[in-house]
Amino acid sequence: MRASSSFLGAANPSRPSYRTAQAAKRLSQPPLQRSFASSRPFEIKKYTEDHEWIELPDSGNTGTIGVSKYAADALGDVVYVELPTVGLEVGAGDTIGAVESVKSASDIMTPVSGVVTEANSLLEEKPATINKSPEDQGWIARIQIENTEELESLMSEEEYQKFTDEVKADDEAGH
Amino acid sequence: MSAKRPFSTFASLGGRASLARANCSILRSRFPVACVSRGTTFNFVENSLWRSGLQQPLLGPLVRYHASKAEGGEGLSRTPLHDLHLAHGAKMVPFGGYEMPVQYNDLSLAESHNWTREKASLFDVSHMVQQRIGGTGAEAFLSKITPASLATLSPHQSTLSALLHPGTGGIVDDTIITRLGPETSSPWSSIDSDSFYVVTNAGCREKDRDFFMKALSEWNQEHADQVTHYVLHRQGLIALQGPLAAEILAERLEEPGVHKLDDILFGQSRFLRLRLASGQLSSPILASRGGYTGEDGFEISITPAETPSIVETLLESAGKDRLRLAGLGARDSLRLEAGMCLYGHDLDDSTTPVEAGLSWIVGQDRRSHGGFNGDEVILKQIVPKSKGGSGVSRRRVGLIVDGAPAREGAKIVDQEGKEIGQVTSGCPSPTLKANIAMGYIKDGYHKAGTKVQVVVRGKPRAAGITKMPFIPSKYWKGGASPA
Repeated sequence: MRASSSFLGAANPSRPSYRTAQAAKRLSQPPLQRSFASSRPFEIKKYTEDHEWIELPDSGNTGTIGVSKYAADALGDVVYVELPTVGLEVGAGDTIGAVESVKSASDIMTPVSGVVTEANSLLEEKPATINKSPEDQGWIARIQIENTEELESLMSEEEYQKFTDEVKADDEAGH
Repeated sequence: MSAKRPFSTFASLGGRASLARANCSILRSRFPVACVSRGTTFNFVENSLWRSGLQQPLLGPLVRYHASKAEGGEGLSRTPLHDLHLAHGAKMVPFGGYEMPVQYNDLSLAESHNWTREKASLFDVSHMVQQRIGGTGAEAFLSKITPASLATLSPHQSTLSALLHPGTGGIVDDTIITRLGPETSSPWSSIDSDSFYVVTNAGCREKDRDFFMKALSEWNQEHADQVTHYVLHRQGLIALQGPLAAEILAERLEEPGVHKLDDILFGQSRFLRLRLASGQLSSPILASRGGYTGEDGFEISITPAETPSIVETLLESAGKDRLRLAGLGARDSLRLEAGMCLYGHDLDDSTTPVEAGLSWIVGQDRRSHGGFNGDEVILKQIVPKSKGGSGVSRRRVGLIVDGAPAREGAKIVDQEGKEIGQVTSGCPSPTLKANIAMGYIKDGYHKAGTKVQVVVRGKPRAAGITKMPFIPSKYWKGGASPA
């Protein structure tokens, strides 16, 4: 999720040095999550630095994408969600929709390549579901994933928790 | 009274490209280099410069530039309320060269917005530039650089106006001008026979300073009636806004009484002394009825030293059920609903008051003889082409957009998809639960009710031209009690 329009967005340039350092740190560490390319006996949930989550069931390769609770809290009251069209072919990093709150418009990007198989039409009627249940009923789209290896570079739940903690700590230090 | 625009600094930072990787935007507050580079460390001194003898003219050898504790990290300045903001859970962002609260952790943006419409909110707007322009030539000087009718402006009466570029009539900045009276009490006493209190935008600080310096030096060389210009460094400015604002303020008057402020109408101001929580009386504060939200309320100028204690007194005295702090976020959606412009977005150097839908700031007595910067262009524009004038080719309008909220930069197109304008501000309206926006549109499409489309994320969305303000203003104009 990236702010495409927001006065806060304008006030907040990315911090490439910080982000690069984070990425390097992750690469230099053995992955906490075991590889699941060949078999996936467990349900897998991964997070991006842009605050999307993607969940994969233990069988099949249709992933569910949404925005994290951390992001939903930061966005504030969501008033509009732009959903992707079913059948849309997407590449990892492509914008598949947008979430709008009073303060900003944020793009939602898919962390994996594939085809959109379903969009959560509940959000058209009740966009605030994203605030109430961001990582469950507030899911945004389902995607049939081309290559599940694309998930490996993403953060596990623990890693993402750590990532947002550091963002928060850094933020407070900034004051 | 509507000249307070917080977001000008970001004008140059708009657009999707510059925001790439700025998702953290919503999630973190950062201080961008772009704001720091504005060189916003204007000189700050702890004393109010309205005190006789301590006045520092904007021009001349007395101007000193020095760092002080009023300066925060990365070259950003701090208002006298900085510590109070942090103690109240503010999220601070860089704005107009200052660290400013955008939101507090007790309310979401929409909640804070609604709170202001239903109860009362207190905004710190001390980042804005407060100045006094005085001397025997003050009225004539201001009448040269603005289109305001100052000859008919009584003491303690304010008017919205605009500083204008010579020749083009483009808007340098928008401003509120108040004629002061023969004040005698410190720190408001003046050595000048006539003087004006002028508030301009923080984001235009350097540009306005250059504009004033040039205009003043030219004026003072050519005229015997001289003009002085002082900036009130570090002077606090707060906005108390909402239906409960007047009763909250009236309760802290030297002689409290619910109706004690009823005779200060919208656009008028008065010096007041407030009873502080400590029991002491404050020094006189200048309270001007008006604001930037469309609600009844006051903008109050206070000495740096007394700003925190007055704010704490008001918060404590009103209690959390009536008064909350509010930040720039709510201020932006409130002013947009009220149809008010934000300089750097809805107004800029290339826009004239007529294009901006602000012809009414050109005083009636200024229309026949002109005599202000850009008068030739502006007076012709006021008269439509059909009546022998030049009219304008674009106008500022209000829009209501279906579906997705339209933000700054979104293209306005006609039913065939041909571009006819651009959105300059937009957000979902917490009051109307609709997507409101303002923008500039080709002349001819500007009438209320005209159907157009606005392109958001590549898709045209149905939109209609709407009269502004989007919600009725609630200014206090006398009559029944405002509360």
